[in-house]
Amino acid sequence: MREFDYRRAPDVSGAVALLDDDPDARYLAGGTNLVDLMKSGVERPGRLVDVRELPLDRIESAPDGGLRIGATVTNSDLAAHPDVRSRYPMLTQAVLAGASGQLRNMATVGGNLLQRTRCAYFTDTTKPCNKRAPGSGCPALSGEHHNHAILGASETCVAVHPSDMAVALAALDAVVHYETADGQGELPLDQLYLPVADTPHRETALPTGALITGVFLPPVPVAARSRYRKVRERASYAFAIGSVAAALDTRDGVVHDARLAFGAVASRPWRARTAERALIGAPATAETYAAAAAAELAAARPLPHNGYKVTLMHNLTVAVLSELAEEAAL
Amino acid sequence: MTTTAQEAAVRAVGTGHVRVEGRDKVTGAARYAGDIPFTELAYGWLVLSTVVRGRIRDIASGPVLEMPGVVAVLDHRNAPRLETDYVSLLGRPDPTCAVFQHDAVPHLGWPVALVVAQTPEQAREAAEALVVEYEPLPHDIEFTGDHPDSYPVDGHMPGVTDKGDQEAELAASAAVVDEEYTTPEEHHHPMEPHAATARWEDGRLEVVDSNQGATWVVGELANLFSLDPASIRVRSEHVGGGFGSKGVRAHQVAAVMAATVLQRPVRVALTRPQMFALAGHRSPTVQRVRLGADTEGRLRALDHRSVSRTSKVYEFVEASAGVARVMYDAAAHHTENRVVRRDVPSPTFMRGPGEAPGAFALESALDELAEKCGIDPIELRLRNEPDKGPVSGLPFATRNLRACFEEGARRFGWAQRDPRPGVRRDGRWLLGTGTAAASFPAGAAPSTAAITAEADGRFTVRIAATDIGTGARTALTLVAADALDVAPERVTVRIGDSEFGFAMIAGGSMGTRSWSMAVIAAARDLRERLVPGMAIPAEGITVRSDTTAQIAALANMERHSYGAQFAEAAVDPATGEVRVRRMLGIFAAGRIVNPLTARSQFTGGMTWGISMALHEEAVRDPAFGGPVGADLAGYHVATNADVPRIEADWVDDTDPDDPVGIKGIGEVAIVGAAAAIANAVWHATGVRHRSLPIRPSRVLTAGSDA
Repeated sequence: MREFDYRRAPDVSGAVALLDDDPDARYLAGGTNLVDLMKSGVERPGRLVDVRELPLDRIESAPDGGLRIGATVTNSDLAAHPDVRSRYPMLTQAVLAGASGQLRNMATVGGNLLQRTRCAYFTDTTKPCNKRAPGSGCPALSGEHHNHAILGASETCVAVHPSDMAVALAALDAVVHYETADGQGELPLDQLYLPVADTPHRETALPTGALITGVFLPPVPVAARSRYRKVRERASYAFAIGSVAAALDTRDGVVHDARLAFGAVASRPWRARTAERALIGAPATAETYAAAAAAELAAARPLPHNGYKVTLMHNLTVAVLSELAEEAAL
Repeated sequence: MTTTAQEAAVRAVGTGHVRVEGRDKVTGAARYAGDIPFTELAYGWLVLSTVVRGRIRDIASGPVLEMPGVVAVLDHRNAPRLETDYVSLLGRPDPTCAVFQHDAVPHLGWPVALVVAQTPEQAREAAEALVVEYEPLPHDIEFTGDHPDSYPVDGHMPGVTDKGDQEAELAASAAVVDEEYTTPEEHHHPMEPHAATARWEDGRLEVVDSNQGATWVVGELANLFSLDPASIRVRSEHVGGGFGSKGVRAHQVAAVMAATVLQRPVRVALTRPQMFALAGHRSPTVQRVRLGADTEGRLRALDHRSVSRTSKVYEFVEASAGVARVMYDAAAHHTENRVVRRDVPSPTFMRGPGEAPGAFALESALDELAEKCGIDPIELRLRNEPDKGPVSGLPFATRNLRACFEEGARRFGWAQRDPRPGVRRDGRWLLGTGTAAASFPAGAAPSTAAITAEADGRFTVRIAATDIGTGARTALTLVAADALDVAPERVTVRIGDSEFGFAMIAGGSMGTRSWSMAVIAAARDLRERLVPGMAIPAEGITVRSDTTAQIAALANMERHSYGAQFAEAAVDPATGEVRVRRMLGIFAAGRIVNPLTARSQFTGGMTWGISMALHEEAVRDPAFGGPVGADLAGYHVATNADVPRIEADWVDDTDPDDPVGIKGIGEVAIVGAAAAIANAVWHATGVRHRSLPIRPSRVLTAGSDA
């Protein structure tokens, strides 16, 4: 392991100053992903700026009825927060579907958003990878890709984003707040992650040196009845092969409002806006849910060995929306 | 001796005892091979090939030797020469352990150099910086069941057995099953990775190591380095799991080389990714099973053919068809174990070798035959119980499979089972139940033991046994206590040291049976030496045993442990998720020494079966030749959440003619577990899964070729 410099930031502006836009420096929060990447040699930073002790560990109600979630709030605290559990249950479920209790105690909201793909070619430095070594190629295209992207990928990269939490945040219209040496800024979660295009190594729209300071959730009344369901290859402690964050409000047999996002299908959490448009105003029936899923998945471009994911996402969408509708009818 | 053992049976053996070293283990006081400090210890880090096949053109040691803390780089140009032309306990050595002898690279992850430094961090950094230049050569890792290069191999059993006219009996059968079953490449990763520390002291080589047999490792190192075995000592007091992977491997040999060259202690440990290349694995198998039965379900034809894969440097056969030679007879009976050699690392024995993948195929096929015949799967098996070894013709020592099924069926509620598939639902889950038979050989091998009657009234047993987490140390304490007719608290069992003399390895489910014979023999002789009231000298009175003659005199019989596996599976057809809801295993496995740890062995084996059925699979990238995601995040085993209520128990399996009555229990509980789950998945859904693991993608695409 390369020797590195370690600094603990006193405050947010101090952290930004310590990082100093240095491409060889990284912010360290829970370390549940960065430290692994340092062990495997994917990340070899010369300097770590520890932001874990920054005063960004609060969850507060916003005047508009939303929530402000500090960037260093742990995944465990986020999932357990009473307002999150009651107003955004899909978010609690998503967080609890990820990792293990020990990891969730360490992992932070900001770090979770910026975790890297678990594509095995990305994490193996002896292999080509356009994300890790731009221009070196993507072996997953012709190799092992049964858990790779079916939506929004390109010929340069078919890796998927690993976060469960971010899928729920995408469905909830979360806004990411950050700070740079030039001041504060914000990005809707939908715009945080860049399209893959031919630059898979450029993952987010954050300016150089930016430190995520928090995530703001707007009030989303429909989210009070919401659900996150994750399918994985074992019952726990595995990344999704497909997941759905869904919220549904049906009134008089008609879908009044809906939120839908997919996980493990793309390089970013996939907000299923096409499906949402197909849902809202349509009869609250299994046929509607199937049509909405099909509309969203019409854009799917599966690889030779991950076509099952299209079936999985279709079935999962219908199942979760049907469950929410049945719950509402009780 | 039998008398002694039977007296003992009412004492310690047969009652549950916590592990004698349990407190040390849970408090961290127990030190493993990589934990023990040495003065002047240096750390070696293996550099593995990044090409699949080729030749080493150059290794740029110079710049690395300039890096902080680096003391040596060993490779094929400067490493000590090794002797590999010998045959030992398990046959010829796998040349993968004979590191740095030539410039050829036969598979990805082949050891090409060892970088030694003052700290492990420095060694790793330098090893990762070492530039190795290769001349790559074309490689081929493709493995198929109909590969033209496959050939039959005698491993620890004959490659082919054959009797009767297969085609005639199949043609005359009322019901025929003819299917192909596949199991993937699987890896055994003990919690404790492989680690060894070697040092020379006073003209002797000492190796502190994590292995499955200290004297076995001595023998291998003596052969490889052309040393007198008496000049080598191997210690392995605590071993955090083995499963067949912990014999002599690259890390011990590299550590001995470096300690020899540098004349200081050197430690080499494997990382998880390195273990995928260097710790051995279970080959994938493609098995074809043909069964023909009459209208009553009695087998007329049984044909079980298995093809496995081995490396270009070592011929190891995963003898999956062997299980059919024990389980079922038929007028026409054919079994065959073939291998295909590819540019992959060498496979090896992995818990339940042969039987585990073999029983998946055979016991799945039996279930299919039961379906075709309209006969209950248990009844079908009981109708086909042989009265002698189907191939050997030898009598069975004890074969209490029927009792296992009868007790298992009673406890599992089998009588209430509706045989129709796909008709039970619980919410989004389809439910089904399945069963399968299990067997594993109960062998014994010569061992020596010493017991000392100490002056303070205690007894010390010394035997080069290994406790790889099974509870062997505790089991031997109980066996010794009964054989000595004293309380277990008065007995100290010392193991894991080659100085104690030759003993069987912890492998093949033969350890406790073999070691117990030696301990009981020594105890018998010691008791004859001890006269009531006699004074014990300060150095104690020591008696040694050697069971070589006793084992050679054992009657030639079919000796096996048996079991009946039951599973209930839930399948969500919309998502492809499969969950095991409950499992029951009833075993006939001789005399159970320590019910507490035996139950752990059984439920642990059944848990392994869940992993095998649903999770485990190493996928090799054909372009790069190695497994993708070679770590425990990428290679899935069952988590706690995957493991339901598992019950394991046993029926009486007394063999009055056996000197110890103990059989092995380390492997039998894996055998058949995956088949029971796969059969339950069929019962739940009506869809047969003949390829493991039954992952969601397979459930979702069942019926198509994807």
